[in-house]
Amino acid sequence: MTTSLAGDMPNQPPRLVMKSITKQYPGCLANDAVDLEIAGGEIHALLGENGAGKSTLMKIIYGVVKPDSGEVYWEGERVQIKDPAHARRLGVGMVFQHFSLFETLTITENIALALGDEAGDLKALADKIRTVSERYGMALNPDRHVHSLSVGERQRVEIVRCLVQDIKLLILDEPTSVLTPQEVDTLFITLRRLAEEGCSILFISHKLNEVKALCHHATILRGGRLSGDCIPAQESPASMARMMVGDETPITMDYEKVLGSDVFLQVRGLTRISEDPFGVDLKGIDLDVHAGEIVGIAGVAGNGQEELLAALSGEDTVENHDAIHFPCGPVGHLCPEKRRRKGLAFVPEERLGRGAVPDMSLKENALLTGFLTGLVSKRGMIDHQGTESFAQKIINQFKVKTPGSETHAKSLSGGNLQKFIIGREIMQKPQLLIAAHPTWGVDIGAATAIHQALIELRNQGAAILVVSEDIDELFLISDRLCAICDGELSPLKPTPETSLEEVGQWMTGVFDTATHANSTS
Amino acid sequence: MLVKLEPRGQHSRKMAYLSPVLAGVLTLITSGIFFFLQGLDPIHALKTMLYTPISDTYGLAEWCVKAAPILLCAIGLAVVFKAQVWNIGAEGQLLIGGLLASSVAVNVIEAEGIWVLPAILLAGVIGGALWALLAAWLKTHFNANEILTTIMLNYIALNLLVFSVHGPLKDPNGFNFPESAMFGDASLMPVLIEDTRVHAGILFALFAVAAIWVLLSRSFMGFQIKVLGLDHSAARLAGFKSKRLVWVTMLISGGLAGLAGAGEVTGPLGQLVPQISPGYGYAAIIVAFLGRLHPVGILLASLLMALIYMGGEMAQIELNMPVAITGLFQGLLLFYLLACDVLINFRVTLPWLSSQKTTAEQVN
Amino acid sequence: MDIDLITNVLYAMIRTGTPLLIVALGEMVCEKSGVLNLGQEGMMLMGAVIGFIATLLSGNVWLGFICAMLAGVLMSQLFAVIALGLSANQVATGLALTIFGTGLSAFIGSDYVGKPIDGLGVIAIPVLSDIPIIGKMLFAQDLIVYFSFGLFAAVYWFFRSSRTGLVVKAVGENPHAANAIGLPVMRTRYLAVAFGGAMAGLAGGYLSLAYTPLWAENMTAGRGWIALALVVFATWRAERVLLGAYLFGLASILHLVAQGLGFAVSPNLLAMLPYIATILVLVMLSRNSGRSKLYTPASLGKPFHASS
Repeated sequence: MTTSLAGDMPNQPPRLVMKSITKQYPGCLANDAVDLEIAGGEIHALLGENGAGKSTLMKIIYGVVKPDSGEVYWEGERVQIKDPAHARRLGVGMVFQHFSLFETLTITENIALALGDEAGDLKALADKIRTVSERYGMALNPDRHVHSLSVGERQRVEIVRCLVQDIKLLILDEPTSVLTPQEVDTLFITLRRLAEEGCSILFISHKLNEVKALCHHATILRGGRLSGDCIPAQESPASMARMMVGDETPITMDYEKVLGSDVFLQVRGLTRISEDPFGVDLKGIDLDVHAGEIVGIAGVAGNGQEELLAALSGEDTVENHDAIHFPCGPVGHLCPEKRRRKGLAFVPEERLGRGAVPDMSLKENALLTGFLTGLVSKRGMIDHQGTESFAQKIINQFKVKTPGSETHAKSLSGGNLQKFIIGREIMQKPQLLIAAHPTWGVDIGAATAIHQALIELRNQGAAILVVSEDIDELFLISDRLCAICDGELSPLKPTPETSLEEVGQWMTGVFDTATHANSTS
Repeated sequence: MLVKLEPRGQHSRKMAYLSPVLAGVLTLITSGIFFFLQGLDPIHALKTMLYTPISDTYGLAEWCVKAAPILLCAIGLAVVFKAQVWNIGAEGQLLIGGLLASSVAVNVIEAEGIWVLPAILLAGVIGGALWALLAAWLKTHFNANEILTTIMLNYIALNLLVFSVHGPLKDPNGFNFPESAMFGDASLMPVLIEDTRVHAGILFALFAVAAIWVLLSRSFMGFQIKVLGLDHSAARLAGFKSKRLVWVTMLISGGLAGLAGAGEVTGPLGQLVPQISPGYGYAAIIVAFLGRLHPVGILLASLLMALIYMGGEMAQIELNMPVAITGLFQGLLLFYLLACDVLINFRVTLPWLSSQKTTAEQVN
Repeated sequence: MDIDLITNVLYAMIRTGTPLLIVALGEMVCEKSGVLNLGQEGMMLMGAVIGFIATLLSGNVWLGFICAMLAGVLMSQLFAVIALGLSANQVATGLALTIFGTGLSAFIGSDYVGKPIDGLGVIAIPVLSDIPIIGKMLFAQDLIVYFSFGLFAAVYWFFRSSRTGLVVKAVGENPHAANAIGLPVMRTRYLAVAFGGAMAGLAGGYLSLAYTPLWAENMTAGRGWIALALVVFATWRAERVLLGAYLFGLASILHLVAQGLGFAVSPNLLAMLPYIATILVLVMLSRNSGRSKLYTPASLGKPFHASS
């Protein structure tokens, strides 16, 4: 398959050539003289860390962003892609990382909107959607509303939306980060099929194993510049990782797996009906987290993680007080402040707009959850000096890069802000730390620092619960693992005793993996 | 596009202070042009509106009389607006405060003693606070939008007031005018400067400004209010009790507006009439925004707003303009402020300027 | 209650509900696109005063209605430039529009208070208007009432079956996604705001040209705000806006009923009824926030700046 490229059509110009693309944002050079060339029928990987400039380059191809300088050639002709509509007319389709779908509309309506006047009759379009989706093994019922679809199904809608048109280049932005391992396999089959039919694919990712398995060619960006160009099949994941992060950053670490001591967090039969019509109900969750261990919960987004976390943090209280137990007694009815007084710390998924107030300074954000550490007098007045030194301590100890504690939270990079938030929680010496997606969107250096901080806290005897969509991360740091699917929790197993396949099955709701394996064999 | 907005990374503190000043200047220029189009000398007209009313001692004293209720309402709004609770009901809370204070006052016309006035003022505070808490209760218990409920409560308050002066509170010896009896001497606010109407209400207002300043900048309660307003989910995460904060902020804001109403009936008016307020409660909204929700800013903005009220009356007498010119000025000022505030978060660039440059470069 | 009273109450209910229906349908379209314009009251007042003056000067009531709509559109574009073009806070900008419109209309109209004009006449449709009870209510009204029936049908169809309606809904739910797939977010929003302005102007004009017909300061008496509550009550569905508008119409004319039945209640107390009804409606409806979330335009009131 890899040999079927260029050779077949010697006179054909490459599908897309970008020469010396530069794009400057205020305070950041997103693309610095980047070159890219994609042939017809080629699966091309665009690799890089967060902030390396992948998204900008991709938006330039799709006409969302205009480059400051540089040239774009489409099938040999110089073009200036004005807007997404123009890109679509050329035959460029795009699958966004944060899906651009409308929850309250049906699949057909969603696709009709993107097609514009070409959509034609909705009934005919629905038939076409059905045919196309079946042909590529992504069955969809076009009449369903998007809000009733799983994340994987939503991605199919995005892909089908591109395929109902004549498509010559399909761009996928981090498509696998939201899928189960099994769904990833299915997606790759579809993509290979498309490529065989002559469609070029630009696959944006930072997952090296996937790139190696799927892509013919890879372009690697670092800090807005081209840092490498390779054929993944001939490289090792480690060598590609070096091109991504440079020579200075330590890449992988192996952490010792341990057994915890006494149970700190005990959840028994936690059931809660969601108030949100789009939410997930929690169904009889049982979970123990011991002091001195890290428990990981895997799962595809939207399977009850948010609801479980809200119930554990106290943002949502539960009627059955006994459902959630700390060593001091039942806490299910307590508000977040009271649970914090009993040893809880919490790192939410949203950094800006929950973990930290975007328009407040780091100092004020230190006070946000740090107020229990004696920063407020009995008469309700703030100890401004104490708050300042608390903020400084977090900044120093967790190496947060910032001009100072008066800087607004929103002007920090994702990784730095996350280090600040995790630092703020850890500095309060919690006995139980719950962290949601602690390293999403964070560069590898910061992610390593965060992982080390969690391990250190564990070694000091704290119970830690990590909820993440990144299975690799969970295997790296968790001592025990389980998965959540549709508000139910899978069995909890020590990490060394489970496997990627088993967790993948848990994520799709197949909890009884032993019998399942028997019955299929 | 002629102009283009580029987001600034961090919001500009300088612009936050500069924008109200800029808005004031633009309002002046616009109204100057407006007067010119009306066939008036703009300088003379503006002077008549903005300087003549305060050019003597009596005028300065009147300035304080007008500023006191606006300041009381606006400083209370600073607290609720910080929490992003949109209490548009200062007007109604002021009216109910005046109404309740009056219903106490008409029953103690003959009474003497220093307890009389505090009792009346307290009734006003309670009236305003209860009216605001009604909206707070509707919001926290029934999730009813407070903008709409407070506006509806304004209309209801106005009708209640009109009903009262036509009915239960009407002066039996008042020749059937819709007014209450004149209050007793012990019920009236002490006058601060002789031969003027300036009364103790302005002192209450200044005290409120200082107290709110401490609340917002030093206390943990103030911090919680600010967090709730800026980021609801963060407040939830930290375990701040948002319902209680809504109640507290509405209580403060309603109580102060009620005090403003009580101050009007026991101060310059001396009785209950249907027109207690020429829209002070609405003007206070503009003042709160114009003053950046900061106590000092609000103090200055209240003075400006009081001056606009006096200028409107002066324009009616001297320039033969309808008194509605006050509302026009207020609206203009708020619009310009909102437009200028864009500069806080965005940098304005002129793309046609730079694109000309790039084409020139390409030619070269 | 005799038949005449019922007939007249139903007739008056429609007449009183019509301005509410028109302005609420306009605001609904605007909110569906994700824009919350609290300036309805200000736009209505401007429509009322401009329409009145135009009619008085020209002697042509239709010119008056056209000017009323134009005034509403101009006011709405003032809002749009600041709230959409400059991404200012929509709540504050809408409030500013109401304060500005109230002041400006009082200023412009100060010479015209109490002047008489020939209002819009009633056109009774032969035969149909003779049907007992509902004949007068549905078929002996003025042209604007008939127009409002058509407007309702058009808005209903627009969101149910038209592609443009789909675009408006999409822009209101997720402007970033809409922008990413190339829908004209800003243009859609400007137009939706303009439509809302035109309808608010028309509704204001209806008050000063047909309903009263005269001009008085602040004559809309909170109808713009009630219309905003109506849209919430109707959970952004046209058929429920229609129902709500007429229910409010009925609440506003209860004093007629009271008089007809021989009750003597203070007019000031009865005048509170529509406002109390508004609060009750908000309470009943907002209680179940989960259900209404299914219909609320998800990006309502949030500024959108296509920064990328």
